[in-house]
Amino acid sequence: MIIEKPDPQAFKSRSREAVQDPLLRRNIREAMDFLVDRRASQFPDQAEFERLRAIGESIRKDSLRRLPQLLEKLEARLQELGVSVHYAETPAEANALFRSIARRHQARCMVKGKSMVSEEIELNHEMEKVGVSCIETDMGEYILQLAGDRPSHIIMPAIHKTKEDIAKIFAGKIPDTAYTDDVDELISIGRRELRTHFRDAPIGVTGANFLVAETGTIVLVENEGNGRMCTSIPEVHIAITGIEKVVDRLDSIAPLFKLLTRSATGQAVTTYLNLVTGPRRPGERDGPREMHLILLDNGRTQAYRDDRFRATLQCIRCGACMNHCPVYTRVGGLSYGTTYPGPIGSIISPHLLGLESTKHLPTASSLCGACGDVCPVGIPIPKLLLSLRQASQNTLPPSSQPLIGQGSGRSIPEVLAWKIWRLLYANPQLYALFTWCATRMRWLTPSYQGGWTRARAPLRPARRSLRELISQQEGKAMRKP
Amino acid sequence: MSINPNARKAIFERLRSASFPEKEPPSIDPPDFTTAASPPVGVSELADLYARQATLSRSEVISCSLSNWGTTLADLVQRKRFRSILAGRNTWISGELSRQIPHDSLSWFDEDMFSFKLRLFSEFDTGITTVRSAVAETGSLVVWPDTQEPRSLSLVPPTHIAILRASSIHFDLAGLMQAEAWSRGLPSNALLVSGPSKTADIQRILAFGAHGPKELIVLLIRDDLPGT
Repeated sequence: MIIEKPDPQAFKSRSREAVQDPLLRRNIREAMDFLVDRRASQFPDQAEFERLRAIGESIRKDSLRRLPQLLEKLEARLQELGVSVHYAETPAEANALFRSIARRHQARCMVKGKSMVSEEIELNHEMEKVGVSCIETDMGEYILQLAGDRPSHIIMPAIHKTKEDIAKIFAGKIPDTAYTDDVDELISIGRRELRTHFRDAPIGVTGANFLVAETGTIVLVENEGNGRMCTSIPEVHIAITGIEKVVDRLDSIAPLFKLLTRSATGQAVTTYLNLVTGPRRPGERDGPREMHLILLDNGRTQAYRDDRFRATLQCIRCGACMNHCPVYTRVGGLSYGTTYPGPIGSIISPHLLGLESTKHLPTASSLCGACGDVCPVGIPIPKLLLSLRQASQNTLPPSSQPLIGQGSGRSIPEVLAWKIWRLLYANPQLYALFTWCATRMRWLTPSYQGGWTRARAPLRPARRSLRELISQQEGKAMRKP
Repeated sequence: MSINPNARKAIFERLRSASFPEKEPPSIDPPDFTTAASPPVGVSELADLYARQATLSRSEVISCSLSNWGTTLADLVQRKRFRSILAGRNTWISGELSRQIPHDSLSWFDEDMFSFKLRLFSEFDTGITTVRSAVAETGSLVVWPDTQEPRSLSLVPPTHIAILRASSIHFDLAGLMQAEAWSRGLPSNALLVSGPSKTADIQRILAFGAHGPKELIVLLIRDDLPGT
């Protein structure tokens, strides 16, 4: 199945298309309103939310500060438990690790729980190239995989589809399936299909919501039970996640779990909190015999080394920022052309892909501040968006700042325009001369004014400037005694 | 692309080269994660809260006593017409299970997953397990699989019946982890289970029985009440 490679450079054209699709806008709007209301019902007391958030923020900040030590501690603990720990600097290296494990087990099939990092490395596509089918088992992701589509939201991947869309996909793609748009029936069809894969696949793949260094535990948060299937039934379990997901202590999980589920779907708790601590132990009858953890960098160390951007890595992937974002709500997740859409995507993607291809994303914000207000771990998203905008305009010495693609948003006409603006507005004589000329030569105003005239009437100077009108009025008043 | 043997070293070098000009973040030691001002402490209060919360997430909670939980279970099995029940051997409930459930309806999880898979996925309508404790605040069971009760026992059969003792219930997860010193070591798999498996991935419409059990029934043994 060929899926169009997403392209963040096409953000402007794709978002223009998206805002002209009323059905898509309605689907996304309704879904976001629903999630916003659900979250609000879980945090009725703002003071209590802020207290919890301060805890979440300090756990994540503290974990990042000690990240190298925590990774070493985690690694040592996991090795004692018999888990193989791998590091990958790039998506290609992570995929090579998957391929070599699959080859060793002669696996033709893997079942996969929801994992944004696996999307980041395009795992399904890369495995298909070597003849291994990687089956999405989260219902939303499964629907998208059947349809050859991509997730548009990190928590509710298929929100851009209606149940009728999904009924058509199932009837068209699953053998011996009649059209039904009854949601219970659709889910039971998905359940039946995926259960045979859970039973037969030799390898289960998952992400990780959190990693606990002191116990060597991989924490998975889910409602459907597919994550449990992937970590219980196959002989091999491979978890992949970013290097930033580790926390030191198990007792940090309680507040983070609480913040995550309430912020993400407005649930006090998900159906399952799954703590996996090593492979099957002697005497146990199920669970994987072999376990791997792949820790991916892919630009995370770049964000880590620059203290303007380090807070990006505090993220626990709840998606609240996109649910509350007026831009996301209008353009939808697919417009961003990145694995992570919305405000959080706009601050993560420049590190994964470089600022050059993603320079439009930090501008896709009205800076209303809603994303920062709801973030459960206190990431100052608006401030980070501004820093990225600034970085896209300025090039700093490469040795001092590791962000790749700085200065790529700089355009000579824009720089020139602002230089002239500053000159005029800092000098009263020049300003008066400019307004005199602009008003007298208003007939010269071009009808094409770049991005402005794409959706608006051209700007034209008034016949006379306000200053001129006032002095005329004053002159009249003086002559009339 | 081959596997990069230097990836770990390169990543650690970059992480270690970072400087932290900002102040040390406020210490989180000792942690205070309790999120309720005055959590309930009495067993009866906790059991009532647990039952209320669990019911909200679509668990079916049946109160019973230490002396009658077996017959309550037998009634339930008969009423719901469970025909093929799987359970773990040598647990504190296994004796009562074999007394109360007809022998042709009860099987023990004795085999290794690899050889048992086909039967596990096709034959059993119900799995019965003990649970270690529960969290009252969120109505969550603490399922603690072991050599007798494998993790798939509470996952693969369409109905999961859990036997919970009221005296084991804690108020919240943070308190439970501390009281039971989970950080000193965890089993290969530990779970918080709050209701039957579910999804809202199709147009936000909630559907139960996504991949795990479609039904979760909790026999809540009120060992806090007199006469039990």
